Amino acid sequence: MQASLDLAARGFKVYLVEKSPSIGGRMVQLDKTFPTMDCSICIVAPKMIDCLRSPNIRLLTYSEVQEVSGTAGNFTVKILKKPRFVDEERCTGCGVCAQHCPVEVPNEFDMNLGVRKAIYIPLPQAVPLKYTIDMENCLQCGLCQRVCGAEAIDFDQQPETISLNVGAVIVATGFELFDPATRTEYGYGRFRNVLISLEFERMLSASGPIGGHIMRFSDGRIPRRIAFIQCVGSRSLKGGVSFCSSACCMYATKESILIREHEPECEVYIFYNDLKVFGKGFQDFVARAEDEWGVKYVRSLPGEVIEDHKTGDLTLWYEDTTENVTESLGADLVVLCPALIPRASNKELAGILGLELDEYGFFKSKDPQFAPVDTNVSGVLICGYCQGPKDIPESVAQASAAAARAAETLMMASEGAH
Amino acid sequence: MESVEEEIPRIGVFVCHCGINIGGVVDVPGVVEYAKSLPNVVYAEDNLYTCSSDGISRIKESIAKYNLTRVIVASCTPRTHEPLFRAACEEAGLNRYLFEMANIRDQCSWPHMHEPEKATEKAKDLVKMAVAKASLLKPLDEPEIDVAASTLVIGGGISGMTAALCLANQGFKVYIVEKEPELGGTVKKLNKLYPTLVNANEGLSKIVEAVKAHRNIEVLTSSVAKQVMGFIGNFEAVVQIGNGQNENLAVGTIIVATGANVFQPVGMYGFGEYHNVVTQLQLETLIKDSKLEKTERVVMIQCVGSREEEGRTYCSRVCCMTALKNAILIKESHPETDVCILYRDLQTYGGHYEDYRRMAQDMGVKFIKYILEKPPTVAPLQDRSLCVSVYHALLGEQIDLKTDLLVLSTPLIQHEDAKDLSRMLKVPLGPDGFFFEAHVKLRPVDFATDGIYVCGTAHSPKDTAESISQAFGVASRAAIPMATKRLRTEAITAIVNEKLCSGCGTCVKICPYSAIVKNEKGVAKVTDVLCKGCGTCGASCPEKAIIMRHFADEQIIAQALAAIGRELA
Repeated sequence: MQASLDLAARGFKVYLVEKSPSIGGRMVQLDKTFPTMDCSICIVAPKMIDCLRSPNIRLLTYSEVQEVSGTAGNFTVKILKKPRFVDEERCTGCGVCAQHCPVEVPNEFDMNLGVRKAIYIPLPQAVPLKYTIDMENCLQCGLCQRVCGAEAIDFDQQPETISLNVGAVIVATGFELFDPATRTEYGYGRFRNVLISLEFERMLSASGPIGGHIMRFSDGRIPRRIAFIQCVGSRSLKGGVSFCSSACCMYATKESILIREHEPECEVYIFYNDLKVFGKGFQDFVARAEDEWGVKYVRSLPGEVIEDHKTGDLTLWYEDTTENVTESLGADLVVLCPALIPRASNKELAGILGLELDEYGFFKSKDPQFAPVDTNVSGVLICGYCQGPKDIPESVAQASAAAARAAETLMMASEGAH
Repeated sequence: MESVEEEIPRIGVFVCHCGINIGGVVDVPGVVEYAKSLPNVVYAEDNLYTCSSDGISRIKESIAKYNLTRVIVASCTPRTHEPLFRAACEEAGLNRYLFEMANIRDQCSWPHMHEPEKATEKAKDLVKMAVAKASLLKPLDEPEIDVAASTLVIGGGISGMTAALCLANQGFKVYIVEKEPELGGTVKKLNKLYPTLVNANEGLSKIVEAVKAHRNIEVLTSSVAKQVMGFIGNFEAVVQIGNGQNENLAVGTIIVATGANVFQPVGMYGFGEYHNVVTQLQLETLIKDSKLEKTERVVMIQCVGSREEEGRTYCSRVCCMTALKNAILIKESHPETDVCILYRDLQTYGGHYEDYRRMAQDMGVKFIKYILEKPPTVAPLQDRSLCVSVYHALLGEQIDLKTDLLVLSTPLIQHEDAKDLSRMLKVPLGPDGFFFEAHVKLRPVDFATDGIYVCGTAHSPKDTAESISQAFGVASRAAIPMATKRLRTEAITAIVNEKLCSGCGTCVKICPYSAIVKNEKGVAKVTDVLCKGCGTCGASCPEKAIIMRHFADEQIIAQALAAIGRELA
């Protein structure tokens, strides 16, 4: 979004292609952002709206890039616009359809903690505010069609191929999560009170499926002790990826403070290996968590988590490498911080664009030192997590960087044409 | 414009059902009837969706048909829809600031969905409040200013030069002001860059050459910015150039890329006392100049003067990787040398840095974690070598390391003269001494003051690749106003009533955009183009001398009195 807004603001035409039904990405799933503790959606939503309102940005949501040919200054891009089965022009986003839809399925936006209907918007602040029918789950009962005052439901809608001519391409596809269930020692997927951090963010969110209440899924009780485990599948040579995700130490710290805010009686432990405090304001934030909020940091990665099947209570076994002793800690809830990994689909997109991937599956910079947002293909730029692990401000700055390089390409192309 | 103020306002009210979002809770036709009874309301109607193209046409038609001079929409939220309705008014020939919104969805039908009757009463009150305010609204202008297509880059290091080149390639005129006699900044002092181990100066010199050769870039070395006046699009800078003369530059934007210094750990771990205690940067120079003598052991201590309890509390980000790099380089040339890194938390973040640590480990570099409560100590030995003693947390015991060279990893720190620059540009420094951006998350390279930007280590410690990313980012941000050439500025700004102003200076200090100065009469003066209309000054003025346009006291009081069923006296 930032790259689009920068380019659009100075008069370039931008096509923003997003494969899900709404723009916004990962940040809209977060509850708060550190260190200012701004509500995440509250600060991103205006950017989403800006994208919608900019006369220079055309949103192509629920769409995917299929084919790219040409060279810098003159690419032809084929986009597949998947059918929403809802006419975007007619849909007013009123939500009557979803109210009547009889099918409830887990809501991916809420990390499946809540439900949505088969006709849905991923989040209330979706941009564009247009409903989508999830045909896999739709019964085709036609109720939505009957109640829609705007006559927007179209069960016959077909996939559409859109061909665009553009001067530059920016890739900003973000990340996906490492599957923590493969680290069986932590019991994710087996123990109800073991969550991952993004699920926990949705739990914390006041507009989330649980209304911002912290609870255990096994019995609905408010936890008295929560333990975070860092580096689940990251910095790991056995089962996972070798690199550091760069964001987990800080978001765990943030979530810990939020727990202490919500439930002052609840103790919080963060199990870590090396505390990554390298960014601006990070160390001060950790100090605040420790001194003002009583968050406890333990330098150790637990060997395993054990569940008491009757109570759902958990026990973590770990070796405290600072004190050099093996100990156990009981916890009501365990939050795993899984590695943030390159999308598996990067491979396909790299093939379409002719880009190289690095050994981890991130898009490879032309020169990691001096040309970080350029790629092996002139006129194709990369930014954000898909280029390598980074946090929000770094992603935003790099998005502007990609915009600048794209602008250079576009201006040079137009100079060449004259 | 004047006539609108004098005439009796003719208000039109449009109440939106928002499908069932409002209409399912609030009695919308009831609210319409109620609105018709309010003073100055000459027309009211309800719409299924006021925001639909049909609804927008209804607004425009009604403005013409009923000669409306104020429009109120009671609907969802101004956050998403106010711009749309304002635009509709403007298209129908009504000043966009004669529009007012009543939020009867987000602040009424949604939170009160289980109390429809009370919600209807509240919706009526919200409409009544909007009507009370709308009667007092005044038309406002968004003045346009010109933006000069030129940039002043302060600092000729890797960040400043990268931003300069990117802008120059896009046709903008760039001036680089560098206080040293040569371009290059900190990178010039470096040997190789991690993790690729490319020669720093090879990459750098290509950039320096490109900068020097670029027809759109003018480089002023041995020069400093002495004074900066003006505002976005129209800055006037006085630069003292090498020969002592002043040069005046008129620029549209300013980029702060002044870099950072390396902390000198005088008095710490024997630095300055023993000849064989050096900083990591000094070690880098020794390696670069091939002057590092063969030694049995090199010990490095991390976090020397950083991550302190007080003072330099921050982590300097680059030291762990720099230590790893130099350890690897030592191991490459002298595999038999024992290299020990005493660290607290290894900052091997990002894509390749963790594997870089593994590589160092495989080469035999030793990592010893020390804890803050039991930091290492240094004592001289008789053979002029040193004994570094450290509590090895993993072993749980104190160990002694005899070493010929002790290397201290010290943080990047802000330049002494950054305070002057901060004052001159009226942009803030953070608690860590580094320049403080407009928003930590979403505006990482902007300052709150329009037209001034920051990148590189002036913003916070970072490595070359990160500085370059940020420098390109800055180039994009600075290009926006320069490419558009003209800028529409905020209409909702502060006005000072000079008669009431006591010149206390509270507003001058408190304004986050540095938009207020004391003028020659000793009273506050607002520079309209800098003002964002946040209202901080208005709220804090002890003399009530500051009026916020569009949120004037009388407008807000009328609204508040309407809420409690009274009228403005």
